[in-house]
Amino acid sequence: MPAHRSTMGSKFRTRSSSPMELRPMLSEVSVLSRSDGSASFSQGDCCALAAVYGPGEVKVAKELSDKASVEVVFKMKVGLPGCKEKIQERILRNTCETAIAATLYPRTAIDIVIQEMHNSGSFLATCINCVCMAMLDACVDMKYLVAAVTCGLNSEGELILDPTLEQESDLTALMIFAYESSNFEVIATYTTGSFTSDQFQICLIHCREASKHIFQFFRDTMARKLSK
Amino acid sequence: MAADFKTAQPVEYYRKFLEKDVRPDGRELGEIRPTMINIGSISTAEGSALVKLGNTTVLCGVKAEVTNPKSEEPDKGIIVPNVDLPALCSPRFRPGPPSEQAQVVSQFMVEVIQNSGCIDPKDLCIKAGKHVWVLYCDLVCLDYDGNVTDACVLALMAALKNVSLPKVTLNEESGNLETHMQEKWGLNILCQPVATTFAIFDDCIVFADPTDEEENLATGKVTIVTTEEDKICFVHKPGGSPLSDDKLQNCLQRSFIRAREARNLVETTLVNVDR
Repeated sequence: MPAHRSTMGSKFRTRSSSPMELRPMLSEVSVLSRSDGSASFSQGDCCALAAVYGPGEVKVAKELSDKASVEVVFKMKVGLPGCKEKIQERILRNTCETAIAATLYPRTAIDIVIQEMHNSGSFLATCINCVCMAMLDACVDMKYLVAAVTCGLNSEGELILDPTLEQESDLTALMIFAYESSNFEVIATYTTGSFTSDQFQICLIHCREASKHIFQFFRDTMARKLSK
Repeated sequence: MAADFKTAQPVEYYRKFLEKDVRPDGRELGEIRPTMINIGSISTAEGSALVKLGNTTVLCGVKAEVTNPKSEEPDKGIIVPNVDLPALCSPRFRPGPPSEQAQVVSQFMVEVIQNSGCIDPKDLCIKAGKHVWVLYCDLVCLDYDGNVTDACVLALMAALKNVSLPKVTLNEESGNLETHMQEKWGLNILCQPVATTFAIFDDCIVFADPTDEEENLATGKVTIVTTEEDKICFVHKPGGSPLSDDKLQNCLQRSFIRAREARNLVETTLVNVDR
């Protein structure tokens, strides 16, 4: 199967222009030949690769009689995963479990592997988006799509969407939200730093608007893949 | 009869109760189990606390040692929280290396300390670049009945407030450390984070402080950590059912109230502790 490549138009910033826009997105689906679905997804310089295997055979110990067991492995560029990666892996797994209509595949396993390619800030969000693309490519039945957006607050309380690694280092708070595509409600959140409840609300609303661009990007990419 | 119904159809059993806005153990949806704290229960540790949240029991002991600082942070002390979920506390855990959940809760503690900035690591410095204090905060769950995160955060903060360290000075001439056992000092705790966990049931009903049984039936979970002056320092929702903005806002408001209650509880307990 040939790989399909797509990019997002010029209205998105090319590195550090407006703080209220997402970095340009680029995605390629069906990049790997042996997996049932795969995607590489990059936001700015940040890049991840995901492969989906399944629904397939399941180990007896992990077999669930009423739904598929979803297994997510996060691979770093170098080194072994520590506690910090475990917490991210859990967010990724639970997010995938929620999105996949697992009850349609009882007694099977769906294995998802995510490989870090390059981390230049807002990496967890990139991973979530990458996994969603890979699941779309694998044609796994899903209840909704998932898109994640990162936003940060600097010391003046200004909001910065999709910060890069340099921008991340001088932020007082960082928030990651994953939304579903039917009602745009929050599936997952992960925050660092401290902030007020009002700031949280503002970030939640801004990220929701930004997530709609990502959903549109998913749609465009799949349309391009299927039209060929 | 009720027991049979519960065993056969646990979800349906819960639904029947939740229709009437009450939970099988008699609590309302936003009600948190009775909380009990015992501070300074381990005399051999520098600081300790035992927290009971309903049946969930977590014991925290803080041990202090003097160590060399990290070269990138020469004037900062080190705080190492470690959560142990032994086979003793629940049938879901097996003996052996720490489970994924134990690692996740440990990392959660690390991030709560970092995000809230409750302790200035510079306070733990003895001599920059040479000697700093390292605080090993060991949290052991003795009884696992759901919501260990909240119990762990409470136990950790109570134990840190109880820490009393001897004064240590560096003798410039000999280069040795001198310990003054008579002169004790406590940590300067800048704020006290409190965690509140909510479980989502059937994608729509949200209730606070889930028990083990409720956690198993829940379709999602969200933990909110707040500090004084209604600041939020951690909102952790690792997937699970989507939550609308107003429900999330309700959870935030509930957690502010809970945090105030928990802080008062720790304060009143501390007053009665003879250091």
